[in-house]
Amino acid sequence: MNPRLASEIVSLTLEHLWLVLIAIGVAALIAIPAAVALTRRAAIRRWMLGLANILQTVPSLALFGFLLPLPFIGGIGRHTAIIALCLYALLPILRNTLVGVLGVDPAVRESAVAMGMTGNQILWQVELPLAVPAILAGLRIATVTTIGTATVAAAIGAGGLGVFIFRGIATVDTATILAGAVPAAIMALAADEGLEWIEKRLSPA
Amino acid sequence: MQCAVLEIRDLTYRIGERSILREVSLEAREGETVVLLGRSGCGKTTLLKCVNGLLPPASGEIRFQGRTLSEWDPISLRRRIGYVIQDAGLFPHWTVAANIGLVPKLEKWEPGAIAARVDLLLDTVGLPPAQFARRHPHELSGGQKQRVGIARALAAEPPLLLLDEPFAALDPITRYELQRQFVSLLRATASGSGKAALFVTHDVREALLLATRIVLLKDGMIDVMASPGEFLSARTEEARAFLSGLDTPQHESAPGF
Repeated sequence: MNPRLASEIVSLTLEHLWLVLIAIGVAALIAIPAAVALTRRAAIRRWMLGLANILQTVPSLALFGFLLPLPFIGGIGRHTAIIALCLYALLPILRNTLVGVLGVDPAVRESAVAMGMTGNQILWQVELPLAVPAILAGLRIATVTTIGTATVAAAIGAGGLGVFIFRGIATVDTATILAGAVPAAIMALAADEGLEWIEKRLSPA
Repeated sequence: MQCAVLEIRDLTYRIGERSILREVSLEAREGETVVLLGRSGCGKTTLLKCVNGLLPPASGEIRFQGRTLSEWDPISLRRRIGYVIQDAGLFPHWTVAANIGLVPKLEKWEPGAIAARVDLLLDTVGLPPAQFARRHPHELSGGQKQRVGIARALAAEPPLLLLDEPFAALDPITRYELQRQFVSLLRATASGSGKAALFVTHDVREALLLATRIVLLKDGMIDVMASPGEFLSARTEEARAFLSGLDTPQHESAPGF
């Protein structure tokens, strides 16, 4: 393999990873607190989940296209891609956090209240620790899908491994497509395995 | 004359138009175990949950240690009332010691004092601390979980215990063992620190074994209030329905009445 291609693979892989990490990080910072707030508000929970569901169904290429003409958040480049990836990552994290917190055994929650724990104490000492495996599963699903979706980000000039794939398609060059697809697939597998390992380690009993 | 730890006056609880509890009045004094006996849906669990403010009554008054519930901050009220439920409700991600030490920790006891208290309670409920303190709830049998649940309820020396069918899910032999230990435990703590207990059950044998006073509830109203001895000769239809269960020698937990 020629050294120029090798170094391009490395730099685009890092760029790709960076896109994914920022998107997942921002999505988690939004979705986890939002989910916690929604566990206390059954009435709007359905609406918010519905909204997140709808976002998920918009085809990724179309979503990138929709964002392009928007002022401030749109335009060619990395930040538009991060916003789009972030929107996709919201749903799995939101849904899994909800499932995790709402899935806490009612007897456990009832005794927490009856023992005189405050709402905050119940959240931080009981509900969130017990929801950790579900939240991590959500992060894992979000990360794996985002690694795939992020290849499309190259279409709006955000870089990443999609650059190889689009270049390969344009030049009908399978080797170039593989130079983008294989590292992306390896990254997805590694993220899946790694996060699953952490999930198992942190599971309470 | 011992003073009443808990006084309930004309308590009514409604869900919509339906009255779950109708003008229930009773009191529990130091050292007393008041057993609320009744069929499923008679309102006995609802009554228990009104006492520690988990459910808001429609009317009536509940006084704990002389103050009405509205005068209590619900958090500090609940930390002074031990609570035991059928599934124990232990925190699965905490050790046995952490579970038992919950209320003392919430009340900001010194770690050393909590550890000493936990060890003492584990011994009291028959679980050697060296063997059990560091275990997690999933490493315990049903009976052991319930012992931990009782130890947790007793941890901060509450003057009142609420128990909602704590032994109902246990096998008959373990149940009988725990019932007998519970009696001696209450007698011991009663002589020392004057605890009152409100104990919910649908098992008349359990009621006769544990109670200093039996309150039979029917459709949200008090049908009979009597000592166990008097209850045996109670004449109401509901009381006789419960007592007729005693004639059939059905399970091992028969306490020999």
